This record gives sequence, C-alpha cells and structure tokens, in this order.
Amino acid sequence: MSEKFDVIVVGAGPAGTACAYLCAKSGLKVLQIERGEYPGSKNVMGGVLYRKQTEEIIPEFWKDAPLERPIVEQRFWMMDKESTVTFGYKGLEWAQEPYNNFTVLRAPFDRWFAQKGVEQGVLLINETVVTECIVENNKVVGVKTDRPDGEILADVVVLADGVNSLLAQQLGFRKELKPDEVALSVMEVINLPKEKINDRFNLEDNQGCTIEIFGDSTKGNLGTAFLYTNKDSLNIGVGTTLSSMMKAKLKPYDLLDYLKNHPMVAPLLAGGDSAEYLAHLIPEGGFHSVPKVAGNGVVVVGDAAQLVNAIHREGSNMAMASGKMAAEAIIKAKEREDFSEASLNKYREALYESFIMKDLEKYKDAAHTFEHHPQYFNEYVPMMNQAMNKFFTVDGTSKREKQKQIVKGFTGEKGTLTVIKDLYRAWKAVK
Amino acid sequence: MHIVVCVKQVPDTKIIKINPKTNTLDRRSAPAILNPYDAHAVQEAVKLKQSLGQGKISVLSMGPPQATEIIKKSIEIGADEGYLISDRAFAGADTLATSYALSKALEKIAEKQPIDIVICGKHAIDGDTGQVGPGIARRMDIPPVTNVIEVTKFDKENKIILVKRKLTNGYEELEVQLPCLLTVEKEINQIAYSPLPNMIRAARYKPNVWSVGDLEAVDKTQLGLKGSPTVVGKMFTPPKLDGGKRLEGAVDVQVKQLIEVLSEKKELLNVK
Repeated sequence: MSEKFDVIVVGAGPAGTACAYLCAKSGLKVLQIERGEYPGSKNVMGGVLYRKQTEEIIPEFWKDAPLERPIVEQRFWMMDKESTVTFGYKGLEWAQEPYNNFTVLRAPFDRWFAQKGVEQGVLLINETVVTECIVENNKVVGVKTDRPDGEILADVVVLADGVNSLLAQQLGFRKELKPDEVALSVMEVINLPKEKINDRFNLEDNQGCTIEIFGDSTKGNLGTAFLYTNKDSLNIGVGTTLSSMMKAKLKPYDLLDYLKNHPMVAPLLAGGDSAEYLAHLIPEGGFHSVPKVAGNGVVVVGDAAQLVNAIHREGSNMAMASGKMAAEAIIKAKEREDFSEASLNKYREALYESFIMKDLEKYKDAAHTFEHHPQYFNEYVPMMNQAMNKFFTVDGTSKREKQKQIVKGFTGEKGTLTVIKDLYRAWKAVK
Repeated sequence: MHIVVCVKQVPDTKIIKINPKTNTLDRRSAPAILNPYDAHAVQEAVKLKQSLGQGKISVLSMGPPQATEIIKKSIEIGADEGYLISDRAFAGADTLATSYALSKALEKIAEKQPIDIVICGKHAIDGDTGQVGPGIARRMDIPPVTNVIEVTKFDKENKIILVKRKLTNGYEELEVQLPCLLTVEKEINQIAYSPLPNMIRAARYKPNVWSVGDLEAVDKTQLGLKGSPTVVGKMFTPPKLDGGKRLEGAVDVQVKQLIEVLSEKKELLNVK
C-alpha cells in the first residue's frame, strides 16, 4: 500500500473543500478526491451562496470568486393558477460590502473554491470514485477507489460525498434514505440578456433577486419552486419530496415545464434560451435524519450529514460551516495524534452548539407536518389569493362586508375550529 | 529507452461552436483538453515501456502556461517527465514554425538522455493538418512513420521496430530503424484507467517550463508568426455531407450489392 495522508476528503463541494482548504492551510497533508471531471461538474444547487460562512473561510472572497449577483431582494410568492400573493424585502444595503448573499453558478464557483484549496497545498484528484472506507480494528484508516492500486491511507477520512453518501451508509452511520427525507429538485439555467433581466426584475447590473414560489408551483404539493437572477441567465427550478412526487404521480420534468409555462412565471422567462438542465436530490429530512457525524478516524460533513434547512432553503452555508468545524476538530486531533471517535467528537459538539443544529432542531417537525397536511399548499394558498382578490377589488361592497366575506372565505368551508387547528399546527412546526 | 511524446492542448471540438460571422472557432465555448490522438500516443509509450520492462517517457508541449494541464494529464496516463515551451515568441506559429520550436526543445531534452522514439498523435483535432510530426522528423533527420495502428515487434538489441501503418485501402508493415518518429491512430490502443498512484503523482507534478531563452541556438526568425509562411485565405464551415448511397430492393439483392461495394472498397472493412 502506498503513502499515507493526514486527511483524505471525499468530495469537492462546499463542505469538502472548506474542510480540505482549512486543513491544508494549517499545514496538514491533504488529499481531496472528486468523482466528477472537475469540482462542480456534478454539483447542483438552486444558486444562493451565503456571505457569512464563506467569508469565514476565505475573507473578502467576493473580490475574487466567480459570483453572479449580490442578492438585494428576496420575494415570496403564494401562487395560485392565475394569481399570486407577494411579499418580500428589498434593501440596497445588500448591494454593497460586505453583502448578504449571492447568486452563483456551481460549476465555476466550486472549481474556483477547490483551486483555492490547491493553492493552500491540497492535492486534488478528479475523475476518481471512492468505493469504500478501509476499516481496521473498528477504525477508518483510508479509502479504496475504483482505480488500479486504488487504496490510500489517512489518519482521518472526511465524508463530503453528498446527499446520497453511500460511504456513511456503508459504515452504518445512517440507513438508506427514505423518500420523505429527500426532495428531488430539477432546474434549468436560462440565458437571457442582462438588460432584460434588469428590466423585468427591477434591478441594476450588480443587484440580484430571488423568488421562492409556493402553492401552484408544485401543483399544491409539499415543496417549493425558485427563480434566481444570475448575471445574464436565470435559474428556475422546482422540488418536492420524493414521497409527494410518488403519491401525486408527478414527473419532475413535467412539473418544471408546468412552472415555466405558468402565466405568472412565463413572461419573466420569455425569449430566454435554455442552456442547462440539472437535477439533484436535496436532503430535507432535517434534524431527525442527521446521521452519526464522527467516528474513529472519520467525520461526515455537508449534504452527506443531511445538513439542509429546507424551510429557509439554506444548505451551502451549512456545508461550509460544517466543513470548517470538522477541520478545526481534525487540526486539534492532529495536535494530540488522537483520531478516535472521542477526539473527533469535538466536531459533533461544535455542530450541535452551532446555528446549524439549532435551526434544524427548530424545524424538526416542520417537514413532517407539511407532508401530512398538504392543505397548507393546496388549500390555504388559493384561499389567500381569493382573499387578496376580494380585498383589492373595488365593487361597491362596504369594507366591513368585505372583511366578513374574507374571514368567511377562510372559515366557511372548513369551519373555524379546523382553521384554528391548522394555524396552531403550522405555528408549532416552525416556532 | 527514452520515448518522447509530443502533445497539444486543443479545444474540445466535439462541443466547440463556430462563430458564424468570422468562421473561426469560439475557443471560450469549449474546454481545453489533451488532443485525443496524443493521449493514445502517450498510452502507446506506456505500453512500450511496460513491454520492455524499462525506459523513460517524457512529454513535450508548446502552448500557453495553462497547457501544463495536459502535461499533468499525460503524467496521469503514465509519463515520467513533462516539458512545456511557453513564450510570446512562439505565438502564432503555423506547423512549420511549431515543428522548428519543438525540434529545438527535443534537442535540449536529448542532451540529458538520447531519444530513441518520438511519438505524436496523427493530427490535432483543431487543425487536422498532421504536419508537425513529419516536420519534427525531417528536422531531426529521423524516419517519420505516420498513421501507425500497431507496433508489432520491438527488437531491443538491434534497435529495430516493426509497425503497421493504416492506408486508405489496407495496411502496410514497415521495419524501422531507431531512432524514429511515429504518428499514431486511435485504434493503436485503448486508454487505460490510470492507477491511483499516477493520479497522485500528476496532482503533485510541476512540469518543466522553458522559454525561448532556455533553448539553445535558436533562429528567432523561424519562430512564431514571423517564422510562419502559412496564409489563411478564407475560412468556411464545410457543407453537410449527403446521406450516402442507399441500397434498395429485396434482401438478397441488397446483400449482393453490399458485397460488390465492399469488394471494391476494401478500406471499409476492418483491416487490422
């Protein structure tokens, strides 16, 4: 068997690269193994990169990184068949340093980020699949790849192999994913001239906008759609849990087509050319799905550890933060030359004390609640639209009468008690 | 045994777009890759080294600094050393100036260890000329053997190899005295899946980068645009090919026609 590294990182997404970068920066000998042709070639996300957690790894990254637009406006649409209720926030303080978050395209961003790691001394190899962890005496001591002479050793193996982490599963850290623990998200990148994007979304060149769309965007199923502005393209996508998709017999590409042709959405896309079509699983099981994250000689980070906050569509930030926490634990473990589970559990402790696990715990029952009570998507969203329609339509009805009708619209069919119950349940799920 | 493989970084022409106004390649539209024929050339060098049980493989390229990527790719396949000549003075070279610059670099490489075989790909997929290989052989005064599809025999003692060359209507076998230059077709081998130690070596490898000043006795008038007599008169996108000949009639009639066609055009059969 060949040489030994301090750390082997499996995967070159945000979590793996954050961890590899920081380990190499502190002088550890790091090998990073990516299965794609280059980092980012197989990675997909809606497209929001968060400033705070990225900056904690590479200060002022926005001066150098291939970003699309700083996001200055976040909109939410509660969309019905031919209408939508909108709310959101636009703040120009987000158009300047230090910014809040950015839209990005993953292929160039991940490639850039991994290159930063290489500059710190990470040895990055592509087009190589890690097939299993080498376990000796109940300790992970290296990995086996699909290449000839493909075994390689390390003190610590970092599993950053993504949502479907077969390696974590092989180690018994978690069970096979269930259909209600993952969303299938499909998206398209649509090329559109910069000027058109600026006009349609009311933006300047260096300003971006995100729209999260609920309700009819998923044909009333648990899930969301999104529309994000890049420099001269749009990311549009939609995702629902696999279980909802199976139950409603939805095909993901049909859903995306439906969304693209929706009268609320189509005018924003008009004249654009579809440049890329991407699909990926998103871990949405939340708190209950987070596996064991540290073992003897091994840690699990990012999507592989199911670290996604589906309610706030946060994931890349959690990936980066978890990669950082894992790196800090590994660096400490190296000082002690102790790579046991007890030693690497510093990572687990940091993770559970951080915003990541606190946020996931806050919403631990949300997905479950909404999955079993689709009325929030398929009944309340249309009701909100009808209410707003009544509210804004000037037809000679007195305002008091209108209010009555609106309240009746909500409670009439379902009964006051049911509505109160539903509201209480939703509040409890997200409180 | 010292084998040197000449490699070129090219845009992936499978996906490249052509600017309809200027008829030139839009190089930003496609990633830069190791010329596929050159990958087979490196692989053949690895195969020869393995069958001989010893030897050294060097790769040589000319291009911008990013071309070190394809040298690393060659190390992945199994090359031992890599050299890139990179300098503004080389820019704009046609095949004549390119073969001159490469032959100068080969001279320098040969100082360390004499070269027994130079292997090139049949041609680069961005230019399709196939002239640089023979140009290098002429300048080095060694025999060029183009379109090689197999090295059938390697007589180490007498330094003689036996190769098969692909012709339009068959193949020919040649006995060649080393040193010589081969240009290879894709069917000469299959690119093996590189072992992990090669991948790690390649990730770590820092290619030797030479500028004009590092080469000796260079006539600068023969370099780059200045040394390139080629003039591009006109560029156009070739028209789409016709559908070809379609055989009609009953099955046995068609079979008969097909046999006639094949007996006339033997190159359609796999001759290897």
